[in-house]
Amino acid sequence: MGVAGHRSRERASTALSLGFVTAFLSVIVILPIAALVWASTADGSAGFWDAVSSPEAVAALKLTLAVSAVVALINAVLGTITAWVLVRDDFPGKSLVNAVIDLPFALPTIVAGLVLIALYGPRSPVGIDVYGTRVAIGLALLFVTLPFVVRTVQPVLHELDAEMEEAARSLGAGELTVFRRIVLPNILPGILSGVTLAFARAVGELGAVVIISGNLPYRTELASVFIYLRLQSGDRAGAAAVAVLLLVISFAVLLAVGGVRRLATRHERA
Amino acid sequence: MRRARRHGLRSIALGYLLIVLLGPLTMVFWRTFEHGFGRAWDAVSDPYAVHAFELTLIIAAIAVPANTVFGIVCALAIVRRRFPGKGLVNAFVDLPLALSPVVVGAALFALYGRGGWFYGWFSRHGIDILFALPSMVLATVFVSVPFVAREVVPTLREIGDDQEQAAHTLGASGWQTFWRITLPSIRWAVIYGVVLTTARCLGEYGAVAVVSGRLEGKTETATLRVQDQYENFNLPGAYAISLVLAATAVVVLVTMTLIRPSRGAEGGTGFVGGAPGSQERTA
Repeated sequence: MGVAGHRSRERASTALSLGFVTAFLSVIVILPIAALVWASTADGSAGFWDAVSSPEAVAALKLTLAVSAVVALINAVLGTITAWVLVRDDFPGKSLVNAVIDLPFALPTIVAGLVLIALYGPRSPVGIDVYGTRVAIGLALLFVTLPFVVRTVQPVLHELDAEMEEAARSLGAGELTVFRRIVLPNILPGILSGVTLAFARAVGELGAVVIISGNLPYRTELASVFIYLRLQSGDRAGAAAVAVLLLVISFAVLLAVGGVRRLATRHERA
Repeated sequence: MRRARRHGLRSIALGYLLIVLLGPLTMVFWRTFEHGFGRAWDAVSDPYAVHAFELTLIIAAIAVPANTVFGIVCALAIVRRRFPGKGLVNAFVDLPLALSPVVVGAALFALYGRGGWFYGWFSRHGIDILFALPSMVLATVFVSVPFVAREVVPTLREIGDDQEQAAHTLGASGWQTFWRITLPSIRWAVIYGVVLTTARCLGEYGAVAVVSGRLEGKTETATLRVQDQYENFNLPGAYAISLVLAATAVVVLVTMTLIRPSRGAEGGTGFVGGAPGSQERTA
C-alpha cells in the first residue's frame, strides 16, 4: 500500500465524516430553521411585518428585551462579586457553594419555575408574593442565568496574578484604583461574554417563567410565551415571525461572543 | 478596613445566592413532604407519572447516543480535517446554546406541520411527526447538539495528532487508530459531554412543550407533567415529580465534580465552560 493509497483512503474517510456531519446538522438544525424563516414570510414581507408589529407582539418583545437587559446587568455586577468571593475569599462551605452555582443548568427549567413559586408565590412562607408581576419574571431569569458570568469570570480571576495587585497597592493605589486599572481590564472580556450569554438565555427562556409570570398580555407576557401561545391557538405565521426575530438575536449573540473572544486573545498577544 | 470589605462582598454574594438559588430550592423539599411521604409517593407512582418518566427516558435513550456519535465525528472533523465551511459548521453546532427552545419547537412546526415542506410526504405515508414521539426526539436532539462536540474539541486539540500519525506510519488503519489511540485519549471529555447531554435531555421543556401536544399518558414527559400537575392544583404531585428531577440534577452535578479533577482544573462544570465560539474561530 503506497502513499497514494493512503491518501485516497484518507480522502474517502474525510468525505464520509463530512457527509455524516452535514447530513445530521441539516436534518436536525438547518432544515427546521430554514423552514421557520420560510414560514415567517409565507404571506409576503408585509405579513411578516404585520405579525411582528401587532401591539401584543411589540409589547411582548419590548418586555422581553427590557427584562433581559436588566437581568444581564444584575448578573454583571453580582456575578462578578460572586466570582471574586469564590476565588479570593475563604470561608467554611466554600466548595459546596462553588458546586451549587451550576445547579440552575442541571435543574430542569420548569422545576426552577416551580421552585421559585414555592418561595415567592401565593403561599409564600416569607410573605413575599410576586406572582404575575415583572419582578417575578426578573427573579426567574436571574435564577436560570446565575452561572454564566460567575463561570466565565472565575477562571480568569483564578489565573490573574495577585502580585500585580499587591504591587499596585504598595505603590499607593487605593482599592478602587486597583480594581479599575488592574482587575477590571483583565476580567472584562469574561464579564462581557458571560453577560451576552445570560442575555440570550433570558430572551429565550420559557420553562422558568411560564408558571410564575401569569402570562398576562401587554403586562407579563414574554416573547417566548407569545410564540408558545400563538402556536397552540393555530396562528403559525404570527408565531414564526416573532420566532425569527429571536433567531436573529441568537445569531447576533453568537457573533458578539466570538468578537469579544477574538478581542481578548488579541489583547493577550499585544 | 480590607477585612470589612471582604466580609461585605462575601455577604452580598452569599445573600444573592440565598435569595435566588438556595432559598427556593430548600422550599421544594419542604413542600414535597409537607403532606407526608405517602402523598408524594402516590404522585410519582401514579400510572400517568410512571409513563411520563418512561417517555423521558426513552427520548433520552435515543437523543444521547445520537448526539454522542455526532459530537465525536464532528469534533474530529473540526480539529483534524480541513474543509470549506468549517466556520458555518461551528456556528450551527453552537446555535442551540443561544437559541430559545420555543423557537426550536416553532421551527419543527414549520417543517413538519400543516403547510410545511415535509407535511405532505409524512401524512401520505401515515407517519405522525408532530404531537408524537418523532418530533419530541427531534426537538430534544436539537437542543442537546453542542455538548459532546464542545467538550471533545479542546481535548483533541490539546493531545495533538503525533500519536495518530505514528500509528498510521506503523500501518494501523484509520479505524484501528480511532479505537486504540484517539478514543482512549478523549474518553473523559466524551463521558463529560454525555453527562451534560443527558442532563439537558432529561430536563428539556420548552421545545417539547411546543411539539408534543402534551396528551396525558401519551406524549407527556416528566417536565410537562410537572406543569400539568401544577395547573390542575395537585401541588404535592408537581413538587414530588420536581423533586425526582431535582435529585437527578444533583446526581449529575456530583458526577461532574467527581470527573472534573481528571480533566484539569477549569472554572465550572462545563455547561458554560468556554463560551460558544471559543473552540474554533480562526479556521
